[in-house]
Amino acid sequence: MAVLVINNNRCNLCGQCIMVCPFKAISRQNDKIEIDAGCKMCKICLKNCPEKAIGLIDERRTTVNKEEWRGILVFVEHLAGNIHPVTIELIGKARELADAVRHPVYCLFMGHGISQQAQKLLRYPVDRVFVYEDQELAYFRVDTYANIFEDCLRKVKPSIVLVGATSVGRSLAPRVAARFRTGLTADCTTLEIRANTDLVQIRPAFGGNIMAQIITPDARPQFATVRYKVMTPAQQLTIPRGSIENCSVSPDKLKSELILRQVVMKEELPGISEAEVLVAAGRGVREQKDLALLEELATLLGGQLAATRPLVEMGWVHYTRQIGLSGRTVKPKLIITCGVSGAVQFSAGMNASECIVAINQDRNAPILAQAHYGVVGDLYEVIPLLLEKIKGVRETNAL
Amino acid sequence: MFQLKIIVCIKQVPATSSVEIDPTTGVLKREGVESKMNPYDLYALETALRLKEKTEGSITTVTMGPPQAQSVIEESFILGADQGYLFSDRKFAGSDVLATAYTLSQGIGLLGEFDLIVCGKQTTDGDTAQVGPELAEFLGIPHVTWVREITEVTADKIVVKQDLGNSYAILELPYPSLLTVEKDIFQPRLPSYRRKLLTAGQQVKVFTFSDFIDHNEQKYGLNGSATQVERIFPPLTKQDQTCWEEPAPVVAEKIYELIKDRNFI
Ligand SMILES: Cc1cc2nc3c(=O)[nH]c(=O)nc-3n(C[C@H](O)[C@H](O)[C@H](O)COP(=O)(O)OP(=O)(O)OC[C@H]3O[C@@H](n4cnc5c(N)ncnc54)[C@H](O)[C@@H]3O)c2cc1C
Ligand SMILES: Nc1ncnc2c1ncn2[C@@H]1O[C@H](COP(=O)(O)O)[C@@H](O)[C@H]1O
Repeated sequence: MAVLVINNNRCNLCGQCIMVCPFKAISRQNDKIEIDAGCKMCKICLKNCPEKAIGLIDERRTTVNKEEWRGILVFVEHLAGNIHPVTIELIGKARELADAVRHPVYCLFMGHGISQQAQKLLRYPVDRVFVYEDQELAYFRVDTYANIFEDCLRKVKPSIVLVGATSVGRSLAPRVAARFRTGLTADCTTLEIRANTDLVQIRPAFGGNIMAQIITPDARPQFATVRYKVMTPAQQLTIPRGSIENCSVSPDKLKSELILRQVVMKEELPGISEAEVLVAAGRGVREQKDLALLEELATLLGGQLAATRPLVEMGWVHYTRQIGLSGRTVKPKLIITCGVSGAVQFSAGMNASECIVAINQDRNAPILAQAHYGVVGDLYEVIPLLLEKIKGVRETNAL
Repeated sequence: MFQLKIIVCIKQVPATSSVEIDPTTGVLKREGVESKMNPYDLYALETALRLKEKTEGSITTVTMGPPQAQSVIEESFILGADQGYLFSDRKFAGSDVLATAYTLSQGIGLLGEFDLIVCGKQTTDGDTAQVGPELAEFLGIPHVTWVREITEVTADKIVVKQDLGNSYAILELPYPSLLTVEKDIFQPRLPSYRRKLLTAGQQVKVFTFSDFIDHNEQKYGLNGSATQVERIFPPLTKQDQTCWEEPAPVVAEKIYELIKDRNFI
């Protein structure tokens, strides 16, 4: 419940509020303005105060009873019903955390025409999927999505809420977390849980130069956004055990101040985030045309070309191919970096790759300490020989 | 002609992002670290300047921070902001996103009516990109993040193009509302010497805790922060690595064997 309060430092006792109040709820007591129980919260006084001395405030935050908040809820991100793969990674992590404290795993899925997709979620280790269906929820709009999110959290009261650290997730989660006056840790890369259900959240800060370990000790639910491609996806179950709960959507939650005029798909190849193999070019590449060499290697390996930021800034490579903090996070099975120094802002975006091979001619380059296989060498010598070898073998096999 | 009243949120951040941690104490080494305007906020300010020029509007810049943070407001005057405020009080120290956004909402609540708030995409120190959306929630106004383009501005609405990763959304917003802008939305202008002379001595207005309406200390600074940083540590480096330092034909052969073993060819 919100209340109106007078800031006595700003108030000059002009009496304007007393005059405008339709309920006669405001009076002057000695040298103070008082609002009494007659107040109907019409806020006319607030709008009319020339000194801006009247404000609307929420109730004080009370400490929570952690026992009352149970379960880990995963927000299901989708575009036109197609579930974003980060969701399955979040379910995997949620299950692991939930098992440690014997809590259930929930999913919140809102959209339109999603009942079949909701069934698919039951293949994963979830206990309950809360489905909110309405035409108005077909596409992400931050205000309606936040309203439904709030509705679900008030009903379910989960201890932890996990949202993908995607463009959608990072716009929506803060809105909902603020509504609950609780903490939200952005872009987590590691999550653990304590016996008292406190979530231990680890995230890079200062551009990846340091890691911070963060908890939300006195508020519930605990909110975290989690990077895509960092957690391991949940395994499919042989026998589904979860259930679907269709939730009613009240029309007042669907009123939006935003008008979504259009959703335009980007005309792009599958991004570097999805590729299983990446060849990453750095400033060791001397000219733009030399990228053809690395592109050829990428193609031969069924992968894609990626790059460090300087190459993107020079306009050699499209920005969607930039790896790193201000680019994409990738987690391919194999990444070969060529002429990349290994600045933290770059490495933060590819550290989780399964196999990192780094080619750099400088023995002291940090990337060599980050790679599984560090190659001290000149990319202009090594890459052509490697290409020759791969193509040579292909031809022999073809004969 | 309509006139947009625009508020821009600016933060002062360390001038370098290559901070170090003292390995024994685990404390951030901050000595000698200079400050500057959060680079992403330059794009927010530029966006506001373009809108101001288009609509003959006005710009108010705000920042929450220590007294020296007023220099980013002065910088905004040089670039074209009309007035600026610093929200500063010892009670605001130690704020996380929740407390920062709440403090900003309290300060902005004192500024009178406005049409639009523009924030940067994120900061280079906190790096959360959350303050904008949380501020919008506290003010009860709609927001759109990751704005890449402003396609239309009229007296009663603004239309923006939001970057959602694999897609764009074209959204229409009423006033008042809040935008957080991507860095390639506009090329920020350089400060002009003429404006520097012109704005020298322009006052940065200061609001402290006592100016605010909500005097519940539990909502500000460390008290008002729901999150708590338990420790900070340097990122880990890889264990069990191999280093190959032989002539090119030998390493080329080794890489070939590796990728063949792992079935990539
Ligand atoms: C806030 C912030 C965010 C950032 N975000 C990102 C980001 O998202 N992504 C990103 O990539 N960067 C980012 N950066 C920039 C980052 O700090 C580095 O500047 C960048 O990653 C360096 O790119 P590089 O390795 O290609 O170039 P360099 O650091 O110049 O390294 C080139 C390397 O190539 C080697 N080399 C040269 N010639 C050869 C050769 N013939 N054969 C083999 N090796 C050779 C050299 O030894 C050197 O190690 C960010 C910076 C900041 C401040
Ligand atoms: N202390 C602050 N004062 C003013 N604006 C801020 C402050 N902190 C964050 N902001 C705004 O919020 C945006 C996102 O910041 P962050 O959530 O810290 O990444 C910034 O680009 C600023 O526009």
